[in-house]
Amino acid sequence: MILVLEKRSRRSQAMVWLSPVLALGITVVIGGFIFASLGLDPFKALYIYFIDPMTSLWSIEELIVKAAPLVMIGVGLAICYTANVWNIGAEGQLTMGALFGSAIPIYFTDWQSPLVLVLMLVLGAIGGALFAAIPALLKNRFGANEILTSLMLVYVAQLILDWVIRGPWKDPKGFNFPQSVSFEGWQLLPLLGEGRVHLGAVLALIAAVLLWVMMGRSLRGFEIRVIGNSPRAGAFSGFAQKKVVLFCFMLSGALAGLAGICEVAGPSGQLQPVISPGYGFTAIIVAFLGRLNPIGVIFAGILLAISYLGGEAAQVELGISDKMAQVFQGMLLFLILACETLIHYRIKLAPGRGAVKEA
Amino acid sequence: MNETGANETSKYLLEARNITKVFGELRANDDVTLSLKPGEIHALLGENGAGKSTLVKIIYGSLRATSGHLFWRGRAVTVPNPAAARELGIGMVFQHFSLFDALTVTQNISLALPSDVDIGALSGRIETVSNDYGLPLRPDALVADLSVGERQRIEIVRCLLQEPRLLIMDEPTAVLTPQEADQLFVTLARLASEGCGVLYISHRLEEVRRICHDATILRHGKLAARVDPQQETAASLATLMVGTEVAAVRTDKGTAPGAPLLELSSLSLATDDQFGVSLKNINLAVRAGEIVAVAGVAGNGQGEFFDALSGELTSSNNATVKIAGVGCGREGITQRRRRDAAFVPEERLGHGAVPNFPLSENVVLTHHSVEATRLETGDGMAGSAVVRNGMIDRDAARYVNRVVTELFDVRKGTPDPEAQSLSGGNLQKFVVGREMALQPRVLVVNQPTWGVDAGAAALIRQALIDLARGGSAVLVISQDLDEIFEVADRIAVISRGEMSQAYPSEELSLERIGLLMAGAHEAVARNAGEAGAA
Repeated sequence: MILVLEKRSRRSQAMVWLSPVLALGITVVIGGFIFASLGLDPFKALYIYFIDPMTSLWSIEELIVKAAPLVMIGVGLAICYTANVWNIGAEGQLTMGALFGSAIPIYFTDWQSPLVLVLMLVLGAIGGALFAAIPALLKNRFGANEILTSLMLVYVAQLILDWVIRGPWKDPKGFNFPQSVSFEGWQLLPLLGEGRVHLGAVLALIAAVLLWVMMGRSLRGFEIRVIGNSPRAGAFSGFAQKKVVLFCFMLSGALAGLAGICEVAGPSGQLQPVISPGYGFTAIIVAFLGRLNPIGVIFAGILLAISYLGGEAAQVELGISDKMAQVFQGMLLFLILACETLIHYRIKLAPGRGAVKEA
Repeated sequence: MNETGANETSKYLLEARNITKVFGELRANDDVTLSLKPGEIHALLGENGAGKSTLVKIIYGSLRATSGHLFWRGRAVTVPNPAAARELGIGMVFQHFSLFDALTVTQNISLALPSDVDIGALSGRIETVSNDYGLPLRPDALVADLSVGERQRIEIVRCLLQEPRLLIMDEPTAVLTPQEADQLFVTLARLASEGCGVLYISHRLEEVRRICHDATILRHGKLAARVDPQQETAASLATLMVGTEVAAVRTDKGTAPGAPLLELSSLSLATDDQFGVSLKNINLAVRAGEIVAVAGVAGNGQGEFFDALSGELTSSNNATVKIAGVGCGREGITQRRRRDAAFVPEERLGHGAVPNFPLSENVVLTHHSVEATRLETGDGMAGSAVVRNGMIDRDAARYVNRVVTELFDVRKGTPDPEAQSLSGGNLQKFVVGREMALQPRVLVVNQPTWGVDAGAAALIRQALIDLARGGSAVLVISQDLDEIFEVADRIAVISRGEMSQAYPSEELSLERIGLLMAGAHEAVARNAGEAGAA
């Protein structure tokens, strides 16, 4: 007997929603084995990793702080991937957004007005969008592969950040530490409640809902889906593929840039050499785990935020490297993509490759 | 075939007895029996969805029957997979080829053979077999450089190398020119004379009458008839297939045509695709109330011509294309649609429709830019625009889908299925009906009934004629000369990107059209010869 994949006559609607859950389940099981092989009690380790972060108010707030940028970037990427446009460089767009937005408090340190915050957010989005336009234009003009160009631009953005933070934008009273002046008042995002949750979480939710409506109801969303599915039919419909490429890149870049400035004007409160723990890359997983559906992305963002928190908790309580979080994230992405096969195929036991049998 | 003697208990090569195949609630095959003798070309006829493919897949081992038995040369066999079928000596040529463009003929064929085959020797065998059977192929040619007909030859040669006793062909002539089809018939006759059985699936009744010795006709999954096609007429075969008489297309050559609605003047278009055809100085006018057909052998610029008309390819000079007297050569397809033009491309899936979108969303594909849907509903109800203020009105789209599927008799399992779940004929009826619903003043159709069953083809052709008689200009691009003579008022011929003038169809004989196509054809053959020599 051998296992074979048999094509389903139609897409399995159940599997559309079950496959990410299945992927998550397998990830947890494999994670348990990894913990066991490290000599840890797998159940205790998994508890600390996945359940513990949700047991106290403090950690739930922290969860929201981490989920906000993941959702904000993830919805943008979900639109890109729906259009078959592969923006892998959200981390760079995030960095560029943080840089653009930070220019206001760094150059106009004493300016205090609600306008400052609005300007910072708008500039952050513009910075991300412009930076994301580079791979889009290279693709449209020269046919350059956007996966490579957008990924490479991540390092360009990070090096630019590193340079300004150690050079022109360094805090003059900062004892030569590589960081900008601390932002204050209207230069920071207002907090929601007592803890660390800031306006960024609300912005992420609004973005997700708006994009959900756009994809489901508007002609623009339809255009993106058609181009992603069938470029030739898109041309027949009068849609220009190049415009869609540019639109998707700039939209997702704007959201990544917004997430970047929200990080700087939120949790960190100043520009530092490292802005995000890889939100721009993790958001790729978020987009796929959410099945490229903006509402699904909200839940996926929360889930991936748990893996960040669990990584920190495991480091403290179990003494294992916080790189474990990346192991989980990597496994999850692979398994999501693998389980997606089940939407179109079913697994079947079949007789081996025998010869013709007499009846 | 001496070694078969001992086991021979039956005069039949293959018998499929009482085959039933159930998918969910659908009985795709219901107690179907088919038997085929060695050396016989056996037609399997039926409309789309009649169960032909299911039956063939069961014989070839891609599907398993729910009940019923297969007998191969008198012995009961089970065929669990296509490899087992090939082992028995059953070869199949599919309608859609599975070839790698970037590989040579030999490399493609070697992929289907056991891995220990010597490539050098294989080239020799390919050359011998292909020449023996009148299917000349250059073993070292890249598939990307070959025509559709030549690609089909690769598939056939691939089967022949395994010395099959039964060859199954799924609508082989749907992709061939008349000349290529004639060549294929010679090959099939030769195979049959050597004792090989051929199971021949086709919609084209004339060719079935011409080459087949026996015919099994399916209707709605059941065996409808077993007849000798040479004793039947195309009309009687069609009646057996459809169950009722196929209405002959009414071709009352109506009133005198009116003003030109679609005008092409000095339309030239250079292609930047190395396999494309450049259009050269095309002049043509289609007047209100008439159908003009463009005949031609596949690959002579029809695709480029269609794209230039639809606006998927634009011209640098606005005056080269005029719709209702207004130059629009530089405009894209959306603007041309706003000028009351509509288009039906050759490829249904992936060009005319998005395969995994439901039909209602495929309505939006071509209706999104039109102000208010000019629906022909019969009940006098006007449709509302499918897109307003950038937002899609799903109910309006579903309404259009309902009307179109009703008027054009699109058969489907659920109210709003994915486009790819429809059979070719039903999807084509939908795609044509979707454009008809807009009541266009200019309609351009590329291959309106390509791979479509007789019933659907008659319905589509009638719709084209009715549209023209209603005062619209209709341009039909087709390789099917029977179809052209059935619908066209005037006929032009395209060859190598150049177009002849349009002649009234009653002034043109088949021979004359053949000559118009052949000029270019010979030149192509000459070029190929030179390339081969060099």
